[in-house]
Amino acid sequence: MKVLKFFLIFIILFPLSSVNAEENDKRNKITKNLRCLICQGQSVYDSDSEFANSLKIVVDKKLQEGLSEDQIYEYFKTKYGEWILYDPGLNKNTYILWLLPILIFLIGGAIIYKSFIVRK
Amino acid sequence: MKNKILPFSVIIIFVIIFFIFFKGLEDSKIYTPDVNTKKEIPVFNTKEFFSGENIKSSSIFELDKVYLLNIWSSWCVPCRQEHPFLMNLNLENKLNIIGMNYKDNLKNAENFLKELGNPYKEIFIDLDGTIAIEWGAYGVPESFLIYNNEIIKKYIGPLNQELVDEINLLIK
Repeated sequence: MKVLKFFLIFIILFPLSSVNAEENDKRNKITKNLRCLICQGQSVYDSDSEFANSLKIVVDKKLQEGLSEDQIYEYFKTKYGEWILYDPGLNKNTYILWLLPILIFLIGGAIIYKSFIVRK
Repeated sequence: MKNKILPFSVIIIFVIIFFIFFKGLEDSKIYTPDVNTKKEIPVFNTKEFFSGENIKSSSIFELDKVYLLNIWSSWCVPCRQEHPFLMNLNLENKLNIIGMNYKDNLKNAENFLKELGNPYKEIFIDLDGTIAIEWGAYGVPESFLIYNNEIIKKYIGPLNQELVDEINLLIK
């Protein structure tokens, strides 16, 4: 009986699935950053469509092959284009998206600096 | 002078923002996939539909031949609509139509072909949808026009008479 209790505690404390936990986290992170192209406003992680389910299998396969996160993004980018990534890179189509907040921040900062600090 | 700079810069910022949004209005809000890019076809291993034997993609697609890869499934309703067009394409010219059976029950797929006819020169199986992803496909039905191991054009959704005419023009 004691042995059984010990065995049960051991199983509860060290679930075997924790071995895979790291890979699962990585997979979830990647699929959350991939857009489900045939759904509206859902990531691959959220969606249960045929397309998203297949994509999850492919992500698993690529992870098992030892590809890094960036390599997997690059792979999907060549297959489906930039649109599949939720986190777009800086290029000629997206430079306004990246630079505008910085520009507005600088202009706003300049206005605040002029009207409050210089006046003092 | 100082009093004028602030309203002036505010107006300029609003004008810039207005033009950015105004330009954004012209862009299509519906995502349209790139269908004209020339891409190499992927390399993959799969099973033949009828025999269940392992085959390589290189043994299906040869150089110097025109292929139409059609992704289909027995559970897909638009595939039923496009099937007569595929049958016609098969009769009309020397185009090699290859089928990719997508996430299907093989018994149902066989019945589908018995009922509507088999336009395919060869059919291979994609049981979990991963080969379709290799091709950059979105779902069923979808067709790829292939020449010299390159994708010439992609047709997302069911084929119709207009697209069949276009294919006939392209392969002439």
